[in-house]
Amino acid sequence: MTTNDRRAFRPDPRLSAALLLAKGVARGIQVAGRGGGTSAPGMVADRVDVGLLTKLTDRLAHGVVTVAGTNGKTTTSRMIADLLEAGGMKPVHNRSGSNLVRGVISAFASQARLNGDPGGDAGVIEADEAALPELLERVSPRALLLNNLFRDQLDRYGELDTIARKWRPAIERLGPETTIVVNADDPTLAALTTGVAARVVRFGFNEERHRLESLSHASDAAACRVCGADLAWHALYVSHLGDWYCPSCDNRRPDLDAIGLDIQLNGVESLDMTVRDTIRDTDGDHAIHVGVPGVYNAYNVLAAVAVGRVMDVPMPTIIASMAAFRSAFGRIERVTYRDRTLTLALVKNPVGFNEVLRMLTVATGGLEVPTLIAINDLHADGRDVSWLWDVDFELLADGDGKLATTGIRGADMANRLKYAGVAEDRLTPLPEEFESSLDAFVEQISAGGSGYILPTYTAMLRIRKILADRGAVESFWKQ
Amino acid sequence: MTQPSKPCDLKIAWLYGARMNIYGDRGNIIALTQRARWRGIDPEVVEIGIGEPIPDDVDIFFFGGGQDQEQIAVSRDLVGPKGKAINRAVDNGAAMLSICGGYQLLGHEYRPYGAEPLPGIGLFDVTSEAGSERFIGNVLVESNEWGSLVGFENHSGLTWLGSAATPMGKVTIGRGNNGKDGTEGVRFRNAIGCYLHGALLPKNPKLADWLIEAGARRRHGTDAALDALSDTTEQIAHRSAIRRAKQMR
Ligand SMILES: [Zn+2]
Repeated sequence: MTTNDRRAFRPDPRLSAALLLAKGVARGIQVAGRGGGTSAPGMVADRVDVGLLTKLTDRLAHGVVTVAGTNGKTTTSRMIADLLEAGGMKPVHNRSGSNLVRGVISAFASQARLNGDPGGDAGVIEADEAALPELLERVSPRALLLNNLFRDQLDRYGELDTIARKWRPAIERLGPETTIVVNADDPTLAALTTGVAARVVRFGFNEERHRLESLSHASDAAACRVCGADLAWHALYVSHLGDWYCPSCDNRRPDLDAIGLDIQLNGVESLDMTVRDTIRDTDGDHAIHVGVPGVYNAYNVLAAVAVGRVMDVPMPTIIASMAAFRSAFGRIERVTYRDRTLTLALVKNPVGFNEVLRMLTVATGGLEVPTLIAINDLHADGRDVSWLWDVDFELLADGDGKLATTGIRGADMANRLKYAGVAEDRLTPLPEEFESSLDAFVEQISAGGSGYILPTYTAMLRIRKILADRGAVESFWKQ
Repeated sequence: MTQPSKPCDLKIAWLYGARMNIYGDRGNIIALTQRARWRGIDPEVVEIGIGEPIPDDVDIFFFGGGQDQEQIAVSRDLVGPKGKAINRAVDNGAAMLSICGGYQLLGHEYRPYGAEPLPGIGLFDVTSEAGSERFIGNVLVESNEWGSLVGFENHSGLTWLGSAATPMGKVTIGRGNNGKDGTEGVRFRNAIGCYLHGALLPKNPKLADWLIEAGARRRHGTDAALDALSDTTEQIAHRSAIRRAKQMR
């Protein structure tokens, strides 16, 4: 028992009633054996006490970190929760992946006690893009991380401009008790956090090696928010993220408080980088090693480190916590199945997909390992598959690796690969059903060899289940 | 890949490609260029941005959708000489595919909700306005000229055909131009406006070839039929998208 556990909270009958009800509903769902009911407890609790989330988070002595961004939310908020814990805090975190308002309420209600004890002393809230304004109204965070804003499932969120427009008033309402930790390499986010009342800590890269040659077609934020001219980049790292400037006015990337540099990618396993930190009085370069791959994850690492510094976690603690971090289950994982090693990497939007392709082709400049792409178009995947045309599959045209396709939209995917210039003798369109296509794919891999599987969200869930049912063993990033 | 049987080239203009390129619009450019290359035609794609003039010798135009903010800037740029140049090119046989925002700006005007109308260039006899409902989903269109066309719509703008306008086809699944009159898109000469993305051309190769044929005719002045391609992958994608549209109806 820590002292915090014994702290007396002022009795609040309404809050306790809401918590009781939420817990009852959660138990009911569990007993009924129905999955995916994470929003129901939050929905009923909200009806009884609309202040539940505000009250619970007000009682967190170290405050709340709210994490927003299109890509990397889950990985980054797990890194943050880990490093807060390493720093001696006890974080409450909506880990279940339900990041709409009611899902966050459900998660916090389930971890609280009936007397209103939130069950920890710090909060980590992973916020869906659409839910961020309402969450900021209910919870005023100590640190708000704005990590990136990419095109993602437009049929769900509307256009990027719309998101930025909805975020602006919520961000402008924050006072100096909040520190916004923002990726200044993202021009839209940099504009959103200019001239606000909150404190702002800006992070970005000054990286020599991992530069892109040109803006990819998946990129959006191309216009200067001051004068409307097309932006240009001194260096471009992921999608539209980089050292940007406007050629026709003096708008440019703001000065950075935390800088990522000397990034070294160790295949699909891990990365090393240097973080130059001026956020607190410990100016200096710090070497970081983390077991997550790809340039895009280097941004997540830098973001988490910056948040850790804002939350006053000492740098050596952050470094140790990062070194012990393991990839979020379901993002990238590796299994052994029928004597083959399969690496699964979730793909959910053009920028994320491009980064996965970059990772697979970085060593030889082409694809050499058999790869299965599994595309579904259910709600959680995005019902519109046109985004596949914004992914740079042309990267796969070089190399000898076989490419197979499956899923509800496997036929669209095969067609996309044909137009990307992948030779037809490398291309195998497999049936929609994963049960048969998985084995057909595995047979293309020599015994003892390895393959990649790149599924959208619901395809990932299904493929994991089939592999688990058939006795596949998770062989690497074991939880 | 075939050797160039009829040496020729093809100029494709991507209108405001940097700004108007949501929903995988780039897939239409990829389809046009690849299908030309597979026949030994060497296409050239020029992106035409704000303030840049329209070259005289464009064979095929592509004009995609954009975010609201971009659409205003583009509308301002189109009124005047640029709009006239596009009208003139289409009158002289140039092909055009326009989608969503691009389609709206080629009509008479687009009326946003509670703001000044954005003038269009009047290439199509259509008028568009903001609607209160967003039409999102798979679309199936039956047309006389190109058979079944399958795509995905995502728009809240409503487009109404004028008396001189011919629709692209009849919408059998989805909402189409306005959710009321059962029409989708518009066709004038070799120009098409519609709400179909998906991307549209890669899985509707008949329409892609119709545009390439019109473009080639404009460049060479003769009616040369295109070499047939093996479209197995495209046909499978076409049929599977139709099946999906019927399932999700
Ligand atoms: Zn500017």
